[in-house]
Amino acid sequence: MKNTIGRLLLAAGLSAGFSIVAGAAMARDLTVVGWGGTAQAAQDKAMFQPYVKDTGNKLVQDSWNGGIGVLRTKAQGESTWDVVQVEADELVLGCEEGIYARLDWSKLGGQEQYLPGMTNECGTGTFVWSTALAYDKAKLGDNGPKSWADFFDTKKFPGKRSLRRGPRQSLEFALLADGVPAGEVYKQLATKEGVDRAFKKLDTIKKDIVWWEAGSQPVQLLQSGEVAMTSVYNGRIFAVNNADKTNFALAWPAGFIYQVDSWVILANSPNKDQAESFLKFIQTSARQQDVANVLAYGPTLKDSTGNIAPNVLPYLPTAPGVIEHGLSFDTAFWVDNIEALNERFNAWAAQ
Amino acid sequence: MAAGKTGDLRASLRRAERARALRGLGLALPLILFTLVFFVLPIAGMLVKSVQNGPMPDIMPETSALLQAWRAGEPRRLPDEAVFAAFAGELRAASQNRTLPELATRLNFENAGYRSLLMATARRLPDTPAGNWRDTLVGLNPQWGEVAIWAAMGRASPRLTEGYLLAVLDHRRDDNDQIQATDASSAVYVASLLRTLEISATVTLLCLVLAYPLAYRLATLPESKANLLMILVLLPFWTSLLVRTASWLVILQREGPLNQALQWLGLIDQPLELAFNRPGVIIAMTHVLLPFMVLPIYSVMKGIPSNYMRAATSLGAPFFTAFRRVYFPLSLPGVTAGCLLVFILAIGYYITPLLIGGANDQMVSALIAFLTLQTLNWGLAAALGAVLLVITIALYFIYTRVVGTDGVKLG
Repeated sequence: MKNTIGRLLLAAGLSAGFSIVAGAAMARDLTVVGWGGTAQAAQDKAMFQPYVKDTGNKLVQDSWNGGIGVLRTKAQGESTWDVVQVEADELVLGCEEGIYARLDWSKLGGQEQYLPGMTNECGTGTFVWSTALAYDKAKLGDNGPKSWADFFDTKKFPGKRSLRRGPRQSLEFALLADGVPAGEVYKQLATKEGVDRAFKKLDTIKKDIVWWEAGSQPVQLLQSGEVAMTSVYNGRIFAVNNADKTNFALAWPAGFIYQVDSWVILANSPNKDQAESFLKFIQTSARQQDVANVLAYGPTLKDSTGNIAPNVLPYLPTAPGVIEHGLSFDTAFWVDNIEALNERFNAWAAQ
Repeated sequence: MAAGKTGDLRASLRRAERARALRGLGLALPLILFTLVFFVLPIAGMLVKSVQNGPMPDIMPETSALLQAWRAGEPRRLPDEAVFAAFAGELRAASQNRTLPELATRLNFENAGYRSLLMATARRLPDTPAGNWRDTLVGLNPQWGEVAIWAAMGRASPRLTEGYLLAVLDHRRDDNDQIQATDASSAVYVASLLRTLEISATVTLLCLVLAYPLAYRLATLPESKANLLMILVLLPFWTSLLVRTASWLVILQREGPLNQALQWLGLIDQPLELAFNRPGVIIAMTHVLLPFMVLPIYSVMKGIPSNYMRAATSLGAPFFTAFRRVYFPLSLPGVTAGCLLVFILAIGYYITPLLIGGANDQMVSALIAFLTLQTLNWGLAAALGAVLLVITIALYFIYTRVVGTDGVKLG
């Protein structure tokens, strides 16, 4: 483990050195940073290429793997990035710290065109991903679980079930299963009684839980028949049903958890005006739906399901009638409490 | 003339000696540098980090100094206006020069929720106090009127701290700086260290039981057959750890081939629970680490002349006595080396328990990874590493005392 720390130090040093070299060599065309992989490929096709074609502006792409530390470094040194796609925790932290420019919503077309909770003063949500409940239709048929209470009901649905290891999501789902309304979940978790209540509920299925670690595991656990149902990222079920012709159903229980990925503009960007016109250009219902049809991540703009392919719609957290009963993951709560609650989780697991 | 010649000879001999020594050093230099940079320095850095308190005295020097004086007072009351004023000034400065997030992260290790409190206060902090700073801050958030919040900041104020090491031993300083045992509902670190040692010891023992007869067979077989068997030992050794771990998961799961075979044979009715629990972790780790036990024992056994056993038998010792009195003591250095190697490797295991274990089978490395990558609490992670290092070194000394170090080879 001492080597792990050494390796981390080395990796941090190398990547910092690398980005300095890369940064110095870059001319300052508008630089847009996504998460690479299939997601950025889809964005490139549906959003970035049309922007370059229609406006004639140059655009440089980069990709990253998240981490607020990276953005802190970027905000201090010479400016190399303009528009960055961030996850919810980076949005909250960076906005608090003043790393991002405050968006001029009059230039971006107003916040009211978005679904509630998809925007704030620093970021404009670009897609929604979620943790929902999946089961094998081939085994449970049409009478599968529909709520977190069903998930915790081992009499009605025997067999193992799988949750992500750790307190995040597990505690929320436990409270929901115990009858706490979605709007009350984080208020309860902020109190000792609420946390006790969540662990007490988890106790009822403790021996029936297989804990997953990586996002690919719940799908594998369903495929091998290890578990009857699992919490899972919605995109994974879409992908596996397409690739392996499995018949996994994605249920959207009240209080499925969703998170928004957002675009932000770095505060030290010299291209703020261009960045805003870029965001206005790419954030349209049509372009978001083009991305959604590839990734099954939900668009953030209102009325963005008209052009969604019928085979994608069931996997979309922002489909009509679905997003309304989701629970927005409270990033600020978890940044503050993860260490303390992780200790409680480990102590609970060892009992 | 003759004397000059001898002097020359001596000088050139010295030169040659020196050149040889330099060449020797030159050859070893890359390794020495490598060890220094990638092994000695990180470990030293880790040990230092485990007692370094963090950025509070750098970011808020005046508040830190005042709070340390305040800590000396008994009983604890709310700090006076001077502390509040110094804090307000340094909070604004930290917010402006962007050092506040670092401090907020640090203070959140003391009290969950401190990060939000600090960031929100900084955002709403007025330029001048309404009346005095104490009332102003308490007006912004009543938590500033609680002794606990200031006691937490006080604990973060000195340059050095024993707090991380205390935390690893499931103790903490309370608001009056008295050392208290951590509440049982969140005491995890001692249990995790013990679990790590228990799993490692079990795996070492299993490896020894499996490896010793195998190594004996390998050492006594004719060369050609031994080589073939050796390939079977080495083949998994050459396969990626991740692949082997994933394969075990496939084999051990409820509807995996092992359970299917056992059910088909009629040995069991219900599938055995072998994955996502302790037995799964131990099976997989034993398999992965087995070659590290076989190879040292084999290499020592290979050097034991076979006529020793024959001599003992010809002198009338039954096989078992001859083995116990002659062969086994000679093979002990290999056993010692193998056990040390496997135990030390097992202590640092991460990915196998992560993938095959349940929630209660995680070893210390999982906690260290969590603290380093997710909460950035490197102090606590380093303290865990330091305690583990001390335990390992202590066990090493006890072990070599008991077993003896003759011919212990780790390479």
